[in-house]
Amino acid sequence: MGVTTTGTASPGAAPADPALRARPQQTRDTVWWFDALREHRLLIQRCTGCGRLRHPVGPMCPACRSLDWDTVEASGRGSVHAFVVSHHPQLPGFDYPLVTALVDLEEGTRLLANVVGCDPSEVRIGSALRMEWLDIDAERAFPQFRLAAVPA
Amino acid sequence: MNGGIGDRTAIVGIGATEFSKDSGRSELRLAVECIKAALDDCGLTPADVTGLAGFSMDTNLEIEVANNLGIPELTFFSRIEYGGGAGCGGVAQAALAVAGGAADVVVCYRALNERSGHRFGADISLQPVSGPMMALMAYGAPCGLMTAGQFAAMYASRYLHQYGRTTDDFGRVSVTFREHAANNPNAFFRDKPITLDDHRNSRLIAEPLRMLDCCQESDGGVALVITSAERAREMPRRPALIRAAAQGAATPQGAMTSFYRDDIATLPESGVVARKLYGSSGLGPKDIDAAIIYDHFTPYVLGQLEEFGFCGRGEAGDFVADGHLGLGGSLPTNTNGGQLGEAYIHGMNGIAEAVRLLRGESCNQVADIANIVVTSGAAVPTSGLILAAP
Repeated sequence: MGVTTTGTASPGAAPADPALRARPQQTRDTVWWFDALREHRLLIQRCTGCGRLRHPVGPMCPACRSLDWDTVEASGRGSVHAFVVSHHPQLPGFDYPLVTALVDLEEGTRLLANVVGCDPSEVRIGSALRMEWLDIDAERAFPQFRLAAVPA
Repeated sequence: MNGGIGDRTAIVGIGATEFSKDSGRSELRLAVECIKAALDDCGLTPADVTGLAGFSMDTNLEIEVANNLGIPELTFFSRIEYGGGAGCGGVAQAALAVAGGAADVVVCYRALNERSGHRFGADISLQPVSGPMMALMAYGAPCGLMTAGQFAAMYASRYLHQYGRTTDDFGRVSVTFREHAANNPNAFFRDKPITLDDHRNSRLIAEPLRMLDCCQESDGGVALVITSAERAREMPRRPALIRAAAQGAATPQGAMTSFYRDDIATLPESGVVARKLYGSSGLGPKDIDAAIIYDHFTPYVLGQLEEFGFCGRGEAGDFVADGHLGLGGSLPTNTNGGQLGEAYIHGMNGIAEAVRLLRGESCNQVADIANIVVTSGAAVPTSGLILAAP
């Protein structure tokens, strides 16, 4: 096996086709979360035993050991906890430089997602974010974020 | 010593292939070559070996290793997940097996064509990782966070922010280890030291990381032979006593993806290992004469120095800048040049270097070495050793 990369995008080059992105490996415990994204719903798993929110999702609440849970829908408001501006290697389906942030959702959980529509140098830890949806194909949608205007 | 396995076992043999970018042969052949070399080093033969331990990520099954070396039977075999975090853990399990009577002689091995074959700098799905590991990585796939360098960069971005540091702190780690590698005839980067400006000007990989923050990709193999301290006394080479050995994971734990902890600018799994090593040996950071700190990415070197108590939290950049990791410093570290300078054999070459330091045979030998801390892949479920002179 060798390294699979797309070529370095030159200025003015056509944007990468998101349909080329790798599909996440899902399990019986996680498939519902990815399925909800298709319907433009970003869900957060909530323990119905103790009310604790958790992400990544899983079958048991690590706080009270309840196996029962429901979900709350995230508002899509959040801020940058940490972020990476990726240059190399370049994965199929993404444009570079690529900003991937660890987002603090206002509900209190964190989420990995891209920050788009800005120069990477504008992104700061603490930057306010608002969510939008990227429809990849008929089967896939994924949340991504833009820098939100911060009240003066 | 509060019981346990302290000083009851030792690393008695080390062996390696050459380190290169294209070995030109199979990973299985690299494995049997380095194991044979390690057995030759201590005067044993494959017929003496009854245990094999190491990495689940190694493509060489224990039985194929045994088939080709002619190891007659195995009474202990164990392979550990989480990539480079396994290294010292294999030695720990070997020590437990020998101390507990499960095997008399255990070999730990790692052999890989990591540059000419499945490059670890690439998308993790292209590497020999298990299905459950890929499920763990699922949340990064839709947003293009799929390489080790990116995972390290996420930690690094928060570390810099939290402690108000600059990427020069990372650069000085690289400069220090490349200086050590320059004097190592087996290092890929022998005679190739770098300056801080070289680091500052190196190619951006995943900001805040640059090329010179990332370890090499290498082909090669390293093997270690572990047996009882009693048997070691009858053997030709000076043994490296396994004074303490530990594995560590800290919930919520990822594999370089521990993004959901309260404080992601820490490495609590390394802290688990440090406490276990110090607790079982009765030693503390002041008693450690040299260190092998796993250097897949420079920011994790800083975090490990902090978790092991060699300096305070957020102070590792100054600790490195003050020269403590240099050959004349208070904690000569990665005297072989580390994985940034010598080769990337999942840290097994670092364990071998610790043995050489205790034998007095390092290319960058430092005097009066009694106790060495060795760490394994940081930011994944990890492991560590304190190796000691007899």
